[in-house]
Amino acid sequence: MTHLLETKGLEIRFGGVVAADNITLQIDAGKNLAIIGPNGAGKTTFLNICTGWLKPASGKVYFEGRDVTPLSPRAITRLGVARAFQIPQLFTEHTALENLLIATAARDRLRNPIRALKDTRQRAEMMHLLDMINCTDAAHQQVDELSEGQRKLIDIAVALALRPKLLLMDEPTSGVASSEKFDVMEILVKALAEAEVTAVFVEHDMGIVERYADEVAVWNMGKIELRGTPQEVLEHPDVIRDVIGEVA
Amino acid sequence: MFIRITIPTLLLMVLALVPFVAPGMQVLLTLALAKGIAVMGITVLLRSGQVSFGHALYFAIAAYGGAFTLMLMPGADLIVVFVFGIIAAVLSGIIVGLFVARYRFIFFAMLNLAFSMIFWSILEKFYHYTGGADGMRLPRPTVMWIELERGAYELVMFYLALALALGLGWFSMRWLDSPTGQLFRTIKTNETRLQYLGMSPQRVMLTGYVLSALLCGVGGIIMGLVQGVVTPEYAFWVRSGEMVFIAVLGGAGSVPGALVGAAIYEIVRTYASAFAGDIWQLVLGTFLLIIILFAPGGIAGIYSGVMDRIAGKKEEGE
Repeated sequence: MTHLLETKGLEIRFGGVVAADNITLQIDAGKNLAIIGPNGAGKTTFLNICTGWLKPASGKVYFEGRDVTPLSPRAITRLGVARAFQIPQLFTEHTALENLLIATAARDRLRNPIRALKDTRQRAEMMHLLDMINCTDAAHQQVDELSEGQRKLIDIAVALALRPKLLLMDEPTSGVASSEKFDVMEILVKALAEAEVTAVFVEHDMGIVERYADEVAVWNMGKIELRGTPQEVLEHPDVIRDVIGEVA
Repeated sequence: MFIRITIPTLLLMVLALVPFVAPGMQVLLTLALAKGIAVMGITVLLRSGQVSFGHALYFAIAAYGGAFTLMLMPGADLIVVFVFGIIAAVLSGIIVGLFVARYRFIFFAMLNLAFSMIFWSILEKFYHYTGGADGMRLPRPTVMWIELERGAYELVMFYLALALALGLGWFSMRWLDSPTGQLFRTIKTNETRLQYLGMSPQRVMLTGYVLSALLCGVGGIIMGLVQGVVTPEYAFWVRSGEMVFIAVLGGAGSVPGALVGAAIYEIVRTYASAFAGDIWQLVLGTFLLIIILFAPGGIAGIYSGVMDRIAGKKEEGE
């Protein structure tokens, strides 16, 4: 069976620090995977390798059975892997709606040189997306005027606008007020389900992981220490000691 | 809104009547329009946060392209000269653009400068082909295959320059709002996200770069045809600096500002050099200093601020 994403023996070092040590992992469509682990465990590095930003010293990354290891981030994005960032990566001189429309311009390769982007037929689709993430009010606001939580949502919406098959999210709730975290995730998970997108997300909040992940992988010192259902993983004594204990 | 449109429309009408009410200004304004079109090229680039100190390269290439066309095809029509000149500018824009589009900020600015100075040296040194420092003549071409006297030809060039300034100005503004233009503008704020949208920042940069080369080329060919001679000075760095100067004066990033800036620059330069001798640069320098310090939005910014104030007062009154 072909997995949606598969990595085999990924290895990378930054000087003396081992950021990926024989990372072998399979992710299947429809199963949202949470990646947890202490800071510096190599979680973001894994996302960077999967999206082509970093090239592993050895090992391979397969997307839908195709070797994407040598491909650039843009080539991997075109295949259907989108990325949302810990620090939202948005076009700060544009409004929230324009950010999404720019994504559709890239997705659909819109080339009409005289038709305004805001007048394209994708506008209704993007307004619906903004509605899905409860950000309709922010549509015409410049993104650097929005709250961190809204920026996070817009960043994820930009990725979703590409209609990806897989979405890699780096700490989707970091910077979001703890009272809003579950609301944000609730909105996100609903939007992901509607768009039929499989998500891999790095997360430090175990409440979020427990409620929204189908599977959990525990990273430590560049290795996958454990993988299983949220219940299996979060009750494991090593995880309680090394990850949950540290977070708490 | 009404007043916002009324003033530019009135200005345009006055401009269109210049050959009849102030014929002495006609050539001066044709040259200003030519420069304004070239400055629009700089303005387009500024929207991506990049500045070029070498775009006179395309100004010169188009003008020399026209001169070579007229040398090889004596009596060629204006359209033919235009087409060859612009093709030369666009092709060179693609070739140089493929190289410089991967660089940003000071490296981008200086690499463009380097290319323009290489071309300047070639023009100076290959005397037998380019006429060296004396340049090349651009004998008056036919217009729609009709030979015109100087007065009629200059009138045609004035209205052609005006039509092209308006047409290309409209196109540039539409392009900047189009999907391609909006992608181009993202170079300024986030190339990482651009890559994660599946786009190549270099390719996106190249599209705007070629458009800017085309605009500079159109400006150059008009200038060459009106002056009747093209010299290596067209590619010299001072010319590129002058374009950046006008772009800042008009309002960095504003397409109409480029045209207004060019008109003011040319008028101030002409009259300041006539009445203030060798200190016209001082006058222009002071002018620029005032703009940068007190009105960084340039003339376009000042105009927009005044219009906002008027609109605000009107709303208060209502």
